[in-house]
Amino acid sequence: MKPGSALGKDLLALEPLSSEQIKLILDTAEPFKEISERAIKKVPTLRGATIVNLFFESSTRTRVSFEFAEKRLSADTVNVASSGSSVSKGETLVDTARNLEAMRIDMVVIRHGASGAAQFLASRIESNVINAGDGTHEHPTQGLLDLLTLRDHFKTLDGIKVCIVGDVLHSRVARSNIWGLRKMGAEVGVCGPRSLLPNAIDDWDVHVFDRIEAAIEWADALNILRLQLERMQLGYIPSLREYNRVFGVTRERLDRAGRDILILHPGPMNRGVEIDSDVADGPFSVILDQVTNGVAVRMAVLYLLSGGKPELAEKAKGGVP
Amino acid sequence: MTTLILAGGRVVDPTQKLDEITDVAIVDGKIDSIGRGLATGSGKRTAKDSEGAEVIDCAGLVVSPGFIDVHCHLREPGREDVETIATGAAAAAAGGFTAVCAMPNTDPVTDNQAAVGFVVRQSIRAGMARVYPIGAISVGQKGETLAEFGEMVSAGAVAVSDDGRPVVSAHLMRTALEYARTFDVPVADHCEEPTLASGGAMNEGPTSMRLGLKGIPAEAEEIMAIRDILLARRTGGHIHLCHMSTRGSVELIKWGKDRGIRVTAEVCPHHLSLTEDAVENYNTQAKMNPPLRLADDVAALQQAVKDGVIDVIATDHAPHHYDEKEREFADAPNGIVGLETALAVNITWLVKTKIIGLPLLVEKMSCAPARIFHLPGGSLRRGSPADVTIFDPGAEWVVDASKFRTKGRNTPYQGMTLAGKVHYTIIDGRIAYR
Repeated sequence: MKPGSALGKDLLALEPLSSEQIKLILDTAEPFKEISERAIKKVPTLRGATIVNLFFESSTRTRVSFEFAEKRLSADTVNVASSGSSVSKGETLVDTARNLEAMRIDMVVIRHGASGAAQFLASRIESNVINAGDGTHEHPTQGLLDLLTLRDHFKTLDGIKVCIVGDVLHSRVARSNIWGLRKMGAEVGVCGPRSLLPNAIDDWDVHVFDRIEAAIEWADALNILRLQLERMQLGYIPSLREYNRVFGVTRERLDRAGRDILILHPGPMNRGVEIDSDVADGPFSVILDQVTNGVAVRMAVLYLLSGGKPELAEKAKGGVP
Repeated sequence: MTTLILAGGRVVDPTQKLDEITDVAIVDGKIDSIGRGLATGSGKRTAKDSEGAEVIDCAGLVVSPGFIDVHCHLREPGREDVETIATGAAAAAAGGFTAVCAMPNTDPVTDNQAAVGFVVRQSIRAGMARVYPIGAISVGQKGETLAEFGEMVSAGAVAVSDDGRPVVSAHLMRTALEYARTFDVPVADHCEEPTLASGGAMNEGPTSMRLGLKGIPAEAEEIMAIRDILLARRTGGHIHLCHMSTRGSVELIKWGKDRGIRVTAEVCPHHLSLTEDAVENYNTQAKMNPPLRLADDVAALQQAVKDGVIDVIATDHAPHHYDEKEREFADAPNGIVGLETALAVNITWLVKTKIIGLPLLVEKMSCAPARIFHLPGGSLRRGSPADVTIFDPGAEWVVDASKFRTKGRNTPYQGMTLAGKVHYTIIDGRIAYR
């Protein structure tokens, strides 16, 4: 729809992006941060644009974050959830999308339980598509907000050591983080039970830690993934109790490292399982900064996909698109 | 008396170790004679009367015993919207197949003599490629109780299989192998260890990790393949392993054959030509089960065709409705159509690449299927049914699914240029396709 975008038509994944494109998004997010700090949190950048938030999976953080980002850019937004829509009547994804598009929309933000759903949609409709998480594939805006949060703290991403802890096998956050971090020059580690790491993990240029103690010793930052509770029922791990005992990030384990380690978590947290409360609420936790940055990153993505010029990002906050 | 002369083609018949430019005479639906000069009447011939004989000029073409596909899904009864026995048999003829074996995973399941008889009748009514029913191993393909092999074989079933579903119970497989010996039919198994393969959408490996799709590890196939081979050793039954897709399976089959175990195996054209890379961008046209594997597996399977570890090439022709493939990858059905591309895919990836010659391809697509499934045809010997395929191995064409005779349009080869084109398919002495 807007071929002039610096990101192309859609944002589907971090894997296909160049480091320049990722840097552009992060840099564009910087001026947008300030808008959310104002009393009147609104600029007219996307005035007249229509955006549909199509959430086939439940989501609080991501959906609200996108909606705020859209509204603060003055876009008109509609939220569609799978329950209470024609999806629950058996309509296919492509039919749902084509019907929405027939109402002349500009962008679709999609969260879907099937890997590749965002790409499937993007190849079949004209509107810009933003992937808000597809199955176990990618969650690119989460990856971007993690990068932004890390960059805020370390001032650079180049050379920092970030370990992703937990269920990498089923995590779209992990995949987006691994691509994004590696493209930006960070070193990436993963740590978790081998039953929750992809069998082919050695094909990725990442450090694999079997013990959380070794991961903590190595890392500058830990990105602690939510342990999906159903993994236990499916037999990937024996119990949440043992998971916490072996892989839980605790104050005690962090203290043993003898230095500050930044703590990220994409949420929602299982306190006492993958992360202890005194870590989540501790001085090195940037978990709420991630949430704040999420709005700015999503504003940047919306702005850039709509054809916004990178150099205008600074002006955009003043309301001159 | 009707006579058809196939003149001047390269006649390839491995059952007679024949590969030469010559003529073939067909009289009253049977192969009558092979020899030079039949067309002009100058040579020796046993056909007494050549008056009024129809002559097909086969110069530059290969004349071979008709291809036989031991593994296809014709969807009738139950899903006549995606294929019928008539459209499937027509597609088969267009692909050079004079006979195909229809898998029993229909609705209702082909698990009794009446259902087998229905397939036979529909095949006769269609009047194209012969369609031989395969009966189910278990009632309703539920994997619980044996279906009535004896009655199904009497009604025309040529093998038994629960294809589409693995036979999970080792006890049931053992019993099937023993029981099938009475009727001398192969037991064909879809090798898939269900707890390992559960929810899988593609090959397990680096690509599935990257795409975030649940993988099906090679071991899901291999564990069942070796189980079946061991049960064939125990029982003396004939196990036929469907659509083998991994290097490990090849090694296990070789292990079984080296020990004299009655194991035969098939491979599909797609597993001989494509890798999991075809799934890139969540291409549901490349979604199948077993999934496309790695280049190393493709190489091992190609070599196994050459070495004889793999006996036959079968299509696993599996038509689906356009809408069914037009959806999220994990939710799309498995399978691709194959009858009308099999020859060209095999020539393009096996013969043009000089991995095997045409005689071996004819062996894998015609002679061996007939031998293993005890079917008529698969040979141009005098007295054989006049099931003949005439094709140009060098002719290139671009795959256009909209021109297929099958109702299915689901092919990963769409738009590709392939070599090998069927010119005539002769069934029972009749030109069924030209």
